Amino acid sequence: MSDGANHRPSPEATDAVILFRGVHYALPDGQPLLRDINFAVRPGETLVLLGRSGAGKTTALKLINRLVEPTSGEVQVDGRTTLAWDPIALRRHIGYVIQETGLFPHYTVAENVALVPRLERKSAPHVRARVEELLGLVGLDPARYLERYPHELSGGQRQRVGVARALAADPPILLMDEPFGALDPLTRAEVREEFQTLQKRLGKTIVIVTHDTSEALLLGTRIALFEAGEIRGVYSPREFLASGEPVAAAYAGQLQRLEQFGRGT
Amino acid sequence: MNVIQYFERHPDEILQATVEHIWLVGIAMLIAVGVGVPLGILVARRPWLSKPILGSANVAETIPSLALFGFLLPVPWLGDRAARLAIAALALYALLPIIRNTAAGIAGVDPAVREAARGMGMTSRQILFKVELPLSLSTVLAGVRVSTVLTIGIATIAAAVGAGGLGEYIFRGLAMVNNSLILAGAIPAALLALGADFLLSVLERSLRPGR
Repeated sequence: MSDGANHRPSPEATDAVILFRGVHYALPDGQPLLRDINFAVRPGETLVLLGRSGAGKTTALKLINRLVEPTSGEVQVDGRTTLAWDPIALRRHIGYVIQETGLFPHYTVAENVALVPRLERKSAPHVRARVEELLGLVGLDPARYLERYPHELSGGQRQRVGVARALAADPPILLMDEPFGALDPLTRAEVREEFQTLQKRLGKTIVIVTHDTSEALLLGTRIALFEAGEIRGVYSPREFLASGEPVAAAYAGQLQRLEQFGRGT
Repeated sequence: MNVIQYFERHPDEILQATVEHIWLVGIAMLIAVGVGVPLGILVARRPWLSKPILGSANVAETIPSLALFGFLLPVPWLGDRAARLAIAALALYALLPIIRNTAAGIAGVDPAVREAARGMGMTSRQILFKVELPLSLSTVLAGVRVSTVLTIGIATIAAAVGAGGLGEYIFRGLAMVNNSLILAGAIPAALLALGADFLLSVLERSLRPGR
């Protein structure tokens, strides 16, 4: 493993919760998916990985909880390379929400949310209280939903349970892969707004993958723009809109056209 | 003497043969499940083992049953007792559907569910026992059901090596050209197969994961 000697650690690296240093990732057949990825996620911020399908965002996300391992370079979490972490301990330290939610169909809502605390052998009353607290937090009435199964819920409700499950062990870091992608536009806006409230309240360090520009601008404190396996830049939402970088400009232009359409000009 | 009269005159005898039959099939199925499910898990988890395992099970399946009983006869310990031999042969036949369905059930688990399980820090063992096996239970059971029905039929041939069961009547009937005698074995065997199929399908449905 190269330690990316030619990449000077950026000044922000010192307090970074997550740090990518010269990360390359190629499939076993040699096809490269990510090339020379460098970025840092600061405590309490929400970094959005924006890019089109196949740009490598999801792979980058999975590198953080070591669902995949870098071909070269390193990913650090809390200042330690992920390869030095016990993968199980690393993943329990990080909440993970995916688009299809991945709720266990044979578990009730309560059992799904309680999954990680139970794996950590927390006491039953503690787990119970935590599950009820979390369902309340994501806007689901515990009395009504605890004993339901995922197939009895709407898409939006499933997504909320997915978020509650990821938060159950109170991980300091949250990874979300297209968390609102499978929802219809109205539910999506609703769940997103709730999420913003939650984000402010919990102060977690969050990395979100999306291909939706408005979502990136609304949720992100910063936006990392992925294109064809590379990072084109990391911007604040304002910088992103003003950026001259062609891909960023294309995204921004698409938003403007939508606005113009809305104003009828 | 027609078959109904035969049933009326020898109820105890037929009942005993039926119990013997259930015993042969039951033990064979226990062994087949005990061996087949772990092999199925292995096939699902280690794709490179899938060819040798499924291939061998396939070969066992293609050996004509009468010949298989014959082949096992000289095997030490196994060949000593007719029931032992019959159970081994039946278990061998029952294996393939169980292995195949276990592997298919595990492979059929929603990838999103498996990824979520991994991402939340479940160990490989926890994923197997808490996610993959519970979610593939109904598929595994479908394999057990097919195997059981198959084995109840094949078990009638066990009488050829003297292992008893309902096959006794069939062989005796064939030798004596007596249809009633054949039916005295065939009808209970068919009813057993139907009953097992029904019971296992009920169980299978009750275990199907909610979707």
